[in-house]
Amino acid sequence: MTATAEPGAGLPAALAELAEDFSAVTERERLQLLLEISRELPELPERYAGHLESMERVDECQSPLFLAVEVGDDPDRTVRLFFDAPPEAPTTRGFAGILHEGLDGLPAEDVLQVPDDAAYRFGLSAAVSPLRMRGMVAMLGRIKRQVRLRRDALAAGGTA
Amino acid sequence: MTTTSEPTPADDRIAGYAHPERLVTTAWLAEHLHEEGLVVLESDEDVLLYDTGHIPGALKLDWHTDLNDPLTRDYVDGERFAQVMGERGIDRGTTVVIYGDKSNWWAAYALWVMTLFGHEDVRLLDGGRAAWVAEGREMTTEVPEVQPADYPVVERDDTAVRAFKADVLEHLGKPMVDVRSPGEFSGELLHMPDYPQEGAMRGGHIPGARSVPWARAANEDGTFRSREELEAIYLQEQGLAPSDDVVAYCRIGERSSHTWFVLTHLLGFEKVRNYDGSWTEWGNSVGVPVERS
Repeated sequence: MTATAEPGAGLPAALAELAEDFSAVTERERLQLLLEISRELPELPERYAGHLESMERVDECQSPLFLAVEVGDDPDRTVRLFFDAPPEAPTTRGFAGILHEGLDGLPAEDVLQVPDDAAYRFGLSAAVSPLRMRGMVAMLGRIKRQVRLRRDALAAGGTA
Repeated sequence: MTTTSEPTPADDRIAGYAHPERLVTTAWLAEHLHEEGLVVLESDEDVLLYDTGHIPGALKLDWHTDLNDPLTRDYVDGERFAQVMGERGIDRGTTVVIYGDKSNWWAAYALWVMTLFGHEDVRLLDGGRAAWVAEGREMTTEVPEVQPADYPVVERDDTAVRAFKADVLEHLGKPMVDVRSPGEFSGELLHMPDYPQEGAMRGGHIPGARSVPWARAANEDGTFRSREELEAIYLQEQGLAPSDDVVAYCRIGERSSHTWFVLTHLLGFEKVRNYDGSWTEWGNSVGVPVERS
């Protein structure tokens, strides 16, 4: 875990707020918070539901997680995130929930500036084990990669 | 503890194993829940799954936060183990039934760790969590109050069922089972730009190891295949014999605990060791031989 005095430092507002919420409570409560967030992960919209093949599989998660990233052609290049993970994988759903709540709807540039170590700002390493944190690090890495690709495709005049 | 109801096909299947006392059915567990001298533990890959609902009276045992040492890559010592057991109301004579997600990978791993400490009566729930859920049996989110028990501080015995890297180097040429997926065995790696790597410097397998993915020992529903089916795989097809000295490994030793359980308790092999360092150690070690196919 990074021993930052300000767990939210350098994170976009919504993600920073979550990092601070997690850091303010005990390890046990942190797991409960993660469980609550896992329950709030939105269902897939119709265009993805039943079309997991059109999404990216995040193999680094212990349970399969599917991810889709959209970048709008508005001036902000607004990022939309979609996740799918089974109910029997609440930790993976919780990680996805944090990223959804913290990053969905942000401009592409803001998402790209999220530090790569953001997953370690939630004080979860000890509670869920460092090994399991790899899934969240990978999710963020893949989100940023897709945002970059899609933003560049839009700049080149294609469709994202 | 014996079951009083009529034997079911599952009971008959279990009776055919070398050590049938190591497995209980969901029906047996439902009947014996809350009995004195029995503690039920849930051990999952997902650290939050227990909290979403579990078998009434069951307690959580996390393979990572409870059984692994937080600093050294090793299992907890005797003192910590005594604490982990004691705070779950387990003493040396308690019957412990473990179940979990993923066809009991982590349950088998926990059972194997308990074996390192010589806990005598530890069993798996056949079919694990999925079987209990599929049968629509009762689940609860209520965490039971536990009367702590006095578990003795027992020294861990790493000689009988555990193999270290040095043991494996000495074992080269003798039977070894790689229980990972065929892609991991062959050494194909999923290389994609920008993606975090799987955590091994080399892909492939330990020379001479046979590829028998762990899942071949399990039915679709997570229960174990019958003794005849298991013998067809490990004895007839792979040519192993119950008197063989066998080492099993995977990536971190969890899936190979499942195979260790199958060979040791279901087929009655006398000397099976789990190499828990597995590919995350071997595939990163300098100078050890690696085979690709």
